[in-house]
Amino acid sequence: MSFVSLGFLAFLAVLILLYYLVPKKGQWILLLAGSVFFYAFAGWSALIFIAVTALSTYLAGIYIGKLAADRDKYIKEHSAELDKEAKKAYKAKVKKRTYLIMSLCLLLNLGMLAVIKYTDFGISIVNGIFRTNIGFVHFALPMGISFYIFQSMGYIIDVYRGKYAPEKNIARFALFVSFFPQLLQGPISRFDELSKTLYGPHKFDWNKFARGAWRVLWGYFKKVVIADRMITAVLALSGEPEKYTGVYVVALVLFYAIELYADFTGGIDITIGVAEMLGIEVAENFDRPFFSLNITEYWRRWHITMGTWFKDYIFYPLSVSPKMLKISKWSREKLGQAIGKRVPVYLSTIIVWFATGLWHGAAWNFIVWGLLNCLVIIVSQELSPLYTRFHKRFGFSNTKGYNVFQMFRTFWLMGFIRVLDVYRDVPGTFRQVWSVFTTANWGNLFSGSFLKLGLTLSDFIAVLAGCAVMFTVSVLQNKGQVRDNIILKRPVAVRLVVFVLIALLITIFGAYGIGYDAGAFIYGQF
Amino acid sequence: MDKLLEILKEIHADVDYDTCETLIDDGILDSFDIISIITEISSEFDVQIPANEIVPENFNSAAALWKLIEKLEDE
Repeated sequence: MSFVSLGFLAFLAVLILLYYLVPKKGQWILLLAGSVFFYAFAGWSALIFIAVTALSTYLAGIYIGKLAADRDKYIKEHSAELDKEAKKAYKAKVKKRTYLIMSLCLLLNLGMLAVIKYTDFGISIVNGIFRTNIGFVHFALPMGISFYIFQSMGYIIDVYRGKYAPEKNIARFALFVSFFPQLLQGPISRFDELSKTLYGPHKFDWNKFARGAWRVLWGYFKKVVIADRMITAVLALSGEPEKYTGVYVVALVLFYAIELYADFTGGIDITIGVAEMLGIEVAENFDRPFFSLNITEYWRRWHITMGTWFKDYIFYPLSVSPKMLKISKWSREKLGQAIGKRVPVYLSTIIVWFATGLWHGAAWNFIVWGLLNCLVIIVSQELSPLYTRFHKRFGFSNTKGYNVFQMFRTFWLMGFIRVLDVYRDVPGTFRQVWSVFTTANWGNLFSGSFLKLGLTLSDFIAVLAGCAVMFTVSVLQNKGQVRDNIILKRPVAVRLVVFVLIALLITIFGAYGIGYDAGAFIYGQF
Repeated sequence: MDKLLEILKEIHADVDYDTCETLIDDGILDSFDIISIITEISSEFDVQIPANEIVPENFNSAAALWKLIEKLEDE
């Protein structure tokens, strides 16, 4: 069920109505039923995968929790007879078992993800190397599988680390894995954060409900008015790369940045807004990333929950693992302090970005995209002493004007790396980007050729106006939430009229008009 | 503690580690810095800081980090 469909709106209306009518204790059960219903729309077979993830993670969590509780009990009961070393040895023994259970759980779920998502990619590599002709299997990717598996993996690692106790109720755990607003494209929530509000009870709170509804409206505006319009030009420009070189590549970088931002953040706004209407707090996934001064900051502000997931569960454990510390020691001895010091950090960074690329999709373009991000991060890290000297030496580099230049630079750098997504062809993308420097066709900006991409002049005006609104809202957010500062301070009647008017405007200026099952969310495919 | 301060000074010489209690919250230390510090600590103190201890509370100040080292040495 797409967020952008009449079916979803009807589903949401019924669910919210029931949610505040049923006894408070039953609210989360209703949410679970709603989530299963929502997911079943994607096909019953997909339910099997999410059930396997929920069940296996739940059981592993319970077992790890039991072993940890038994361990604590044993040590407490025998504290007089056990010395420090004996306690340490006993703890290590138990840790080995909990590690094994966690590993099996990770293996099962990541294995499932790998088979479904990467089998064809593996076959294509084998075919390429050995010149074989093995047929592709074409597994259908169950909706949101990369998101709910990662969320569940975070949970089991946290339980193993003793960060929190495992959830004992399987139905409650199933809701954590399948909570419908975030099933499609995240955010990747943490159990200790989401569970604070997920299970209620929630009294109807008009203020929260209104805040949520405004955010949902804002999400629809971005998705339907901007993203679903922009996609037409993006597909046209990337569909005929030989024809559209030079200035068209620059345009594609810009158009795709707008489309992806409006699509992904719009979807997340709907997710967080729907949750807020239900009284539930979901983690933020964006913090106005296009205002970032450099790529490291950009990745702290774009798809935040994915970034922190990779940092907490791969980057840190990998960097501080005994093996990596050994490598570090070895490289310091053999390569000297300066290089040796960098080895564990950079090695982990490369692995994390390789994995991040692979997470986005089973194709070389995603892997190269990940590694290019990694390259820029490492180069900036290496140049940082130079930057510090530059900022100390030249006063202008600390002005607002220079900050704008940095934002501009980061926006375009990330944009050019990002077009690997749309061309889906690594050498082809490099050829296209190279053509920006070799093809002098900037005159086409004014030749009317941009009106032959499937968008009319009024479409471009609608997108431009939409972007102006997005930009203004982002700037206003420097002083806090626009909803709290401007909208919710107005009388209820005014708010209601404006809300309905905006909803009507979205319907009229939406790319396809209501009733049309609009374009799927880009991140839904990952 | 002096040894730890030496390690920290090498990462960012201009930070006053005696008073600063927001090394993470204010973004003074990034993830690269954290890993460098942990690697240094492991070779200087013979303790290994596990990934689950990499939380802001443990890295926000030199004193908190020192407390963590003492705790791990004691385990």
